[in-house]
Amino acid sequence: MQDYFFALADAFALFTRGDEVSLANFAAEDSDFVRLNKSAVRQAGSVEQRALSIDLIHGGKHCGGTLTLSGDLDADREHLRAAIARYRERLALVPADPHLLYATEVQSTQQSGANRLPADRATAINALIDAGRGADLVGIYAAGGIYRGFANSLGQRNWYASHTFNADWSFYLAGDKAVKTGYAGFEWNAADFARKVDTARAELAALSRPPRTISPGRYRAYLAPAALSEILGMLTWGGFGLKSQRTKHTPLLRMLEQGAALSERVTLSENTREGVAANFQTAGYVKPDGVTLIERGRLADCLVSPRSAKEYGVATNGAADSEAPESLDLAAGDLALNDVLKRLDTGVYVNNLWYLNYSDRAAGRITGMTRFATFWVERGEIVAPLNVMRFDDTVYTLLGNALEALTDERDFILDAGTYGARSTGSVRAPGALLSALTFTL
Amino acid sequence: MTTLESIAQRFQRIAPAGLRWSLRVVDTRTEQLAVRDDVVQPLNLEEDRGAMVTVFERGGSGYAASADLSDAGLTRALERARAWAQASGGRSVADFDQAPLAATRGEYASPLQTAWDAIPLTEKFDTLRAACAGLNVSEKIVDRHAWLWHTQRDALYVTSAGAHNRQHFEFVVPMLSATANAGAQTQTRTLGGMTHCGQGGWEIVASSGFTTAAQTVADEALQLLAAPDCPSGTMDLLAAPDQMVLQIHESIGHPLELDRILGDERNYAGTSFVTPDMFGRYQYGSALLNVTYDPTRPEQIASFAFDDEGLPATREYLIRDGILQRGLGGGTSQWRSGLPGVATARATNWNRPPMDRMSNLNVEPGASSLTDMIASVERGVLMRTNRSWSIDDSRNKFQFGCEFGQLIENGRLTQVVKNPNYRGISATFWRSLKAVGAADTFEVLGTPHCGKGEPNQVIDVGHAAPPCLFAAVDVFGGA
Repeated sequence: MQDYFFALADAFALFTRGDEVSLANFAAEDSDFVRLNKSAVRQAGSVEQRALSIDLIHGGKHCGGTLTLSGDLDADREHLRAAIARYRERLALVPADPHLLYATEVQSTQQSGANRLPADRATAINALIDAGRGADLVGIYAAGGIYRGFANSLGQRNWYASHTFNADWSFYLAGDKAVKTGYAGFEWNAADFARKVDTARAELAALSRPPRTISPGRYRAYLAPAALSEILGMLTWGGFGLKSQRTKHTPLLRMLEQGAALSERVTLSENTREGVAANFQTAGYVKPDGVTLIERGRLADCLVSPRSAKEYGVATNGAADSEAPESLDLAAGDLALNDVLKRLDTGVYVNNLWYLNYSDRAAGRITGMTRFATFWVERGEIVAPLNVMRFDDTVYTLLGNALEALTDERDFILDAGTYGARSTGSVRAPGALLSALTFTL
Repeated sequence: MTTLESIAQRFQRIAPAGLRWSLRVVDTRTEQLAVRDDVVQPLNLEEDRGAMVTVFERGGSGYAASADLSDAGLTRALERARAWAQASGGRSVADFDQAPLAATRGEYASPLQTAWDAIPLTEKFDTLRAACAGLNVSEKIVDRHAWLWHTQRDALYVTSAGAHNRQHFEFVVPMLSATANAGAQTQTRTLGGMTHCGQGGWEIVASSGFTTAAQTVADEALQLLAAPDCPSGTMDLLAAPDQMVLQIHESIGHPLELDRILGDERNYAGTSFVTPDMFGRYQYGSALLNVTYDPTRPEQIASFAFDDEGLPATREYLIRDGILQRGLGGGTSQWRSGLPGVATARATNWNRPPMDRMSNLNVEPGASSLTDMIASVERGVLMRTNRSWSIDDSRNKFQFGCEFGQLIENGRLTQVVKNPNYRGISATFWRSLKAVGAADTFEVLGTPHCGKGEPNQVIDVGHAAPPCLFAAVDVFGGA
């Protein structure tokens, strides 16, 4: 795949004339998707897709687009040549872009992991179906190569390739009572998978007790890493980008305008070095290993895309156009996992949250639902599964004055998202013990 | 240029006789234009073409999607799809050798008054610049956007059973957004979210209000900035059509999807509080509630003649006089569940398989005038334009928020309020429906962003509705 893209990039550079500059971004994947319901296959298939996004730049103007490619180099070269000719015609019609900024210092990189996925694509699927025997397993297995590339007519070449799997499934007991589990990585390990299955089945047993419904109100709560990552995910909707700060869209507006703070326990960063996403972005900038976004509860740096850098007159730190973190990292705390139930004492143990949104974005107020295995705990013991509840609280409570502790161990959660393409995003998060979480419905 | 027809003909020659298969070829061209704070944003053009081969064999089904549409590429896709079908046979959710395979034949084309490409690019930019400039009514407006998306899509669906469905779509999504700020308070007002999306050409730019609404949008952002928070309490809710879009979508549309009821979505989008025994008898809402699946409104974004499994699309009542009649499920889900459905198995593109979606799901007009509905309210709030949505995985406990609120006191619209939100439970909420706007208040709207499925798919859906009045709703404001 790399040879194909670089050959295409060479052709692309040849199609660029005179003092034109051209940028090319490549995104491809060869993916298997096997969807399961009731421990049987619902849909199984493969997707091969390759897309090239081009930006043709001349005299402060630029025009571009995205082409789906066939993989046939000769045919794709001709497709590319024709597209560039069209973009060149359109350049005459577009105005100069005062916010155009792209890398002019050549910085080529290579991130390419070996393909250690099972040679037999049935290995993982058989394992999932076997795990579901006698149970109700529903979910998806996605696997295969993911490829990203950048090239420009200045000679820069960046390449990223990873071969990953992501099994994301739930065991259902009845109704909406279920345990959700993920197993993702680069190399399928039957023993690791079996441990995940055993843990999930044990939690499923706890769900068989009669469920309890609690009244709306404030309760002590523990948010497991997957639940906390949902709250962190909400903050990535504009919480950490320069543009959202300057246009006042940020949900952390009170931190920006009024000096509000989160708990000193909260240190958040974009940890590119330890993430699984590509370390370069679409204008050719290479990302730093890390950017500290919140340090001990206070706003620190933000993510600055090249466009924002030009618009606001600051330096870019190689952020994507969205200025959203791709490898979010919340520092661990000091709460031992074995002490979580004891410290929670009486309250709600939340494994997963779901469908979060803002009740009041400017105030950082977030609502959402508990989902999957959520339990009522009394005196440090799980006593019953809890029927789904809606929470509604501000981030200044959740990650502020109600945050008693973060666990000393963290989960590395690979995003199972597949909108248009398989995600390379990730979150590294501990669990969070809260003195109060407000439930409203 | 290779035509979709020629691709299908070559595939038909490649596929072995006696094999049960379908081929869906999709060709999409997209143009995205935007002006932000008077600066023309990078022009984005997308050209996308690919195909999905689906095979039913040995009791299983398998698919393979590829943009390599050469003979070799189609042959490879067929082989991979067969391999998946054979591998899943005997351990699938159903015996797919018995699955229905369409033999329908026909064509469809979006209505078109003014072709998008007939408008020079410079004129499009001028239109966007004028709209963006129109949002610039105050220095408190700190962010202004105007954008237009246009998509042309050609889709051809053929099967070994003889289906041949060719459909040409043209979609336009217009959007205006003004953000007002003062210190730690920010309010954003838009042109109905993206609900003015529809099928057609350049004429949608004018009919949506894109060329005339900028000042109103910006003025309302300023009004919200100065407004008090929406009060909390139990009161009447008058939901405008661009909030009804979301209310229908989340608490009628998703619960009625047959694939959710069958359990396919439980690991991701969720299950449903609706169970199979409810069809034909369950009182979903008050007797004023009439909901149709309606693919016959040509201007609505999810109108078509055939779904992506080749089922012909016809208008059907899903809820009639408040009673649940049928679900949102295409041919495969109807076959699996034995439940009545509609033609609505759809895929977002060539690289994703079809599943049950909403398409056009509309609340039919009632008999009330807007004036009468307002006059009937002693204490309530009018909410316009959804901005926040959250609902549980059974599609029951919801909380929705809007951009714009206005109190109704003693039969009159009074003060503008910011951050209007409300909570409810789907299973009981629709029974509190106490008035439905008449035909002259009905608006044909939709959204280009409905997400579900594994692998994930986002697709356009239409929701037309009049304003609707609900009794005794739990309403509240911001922090």
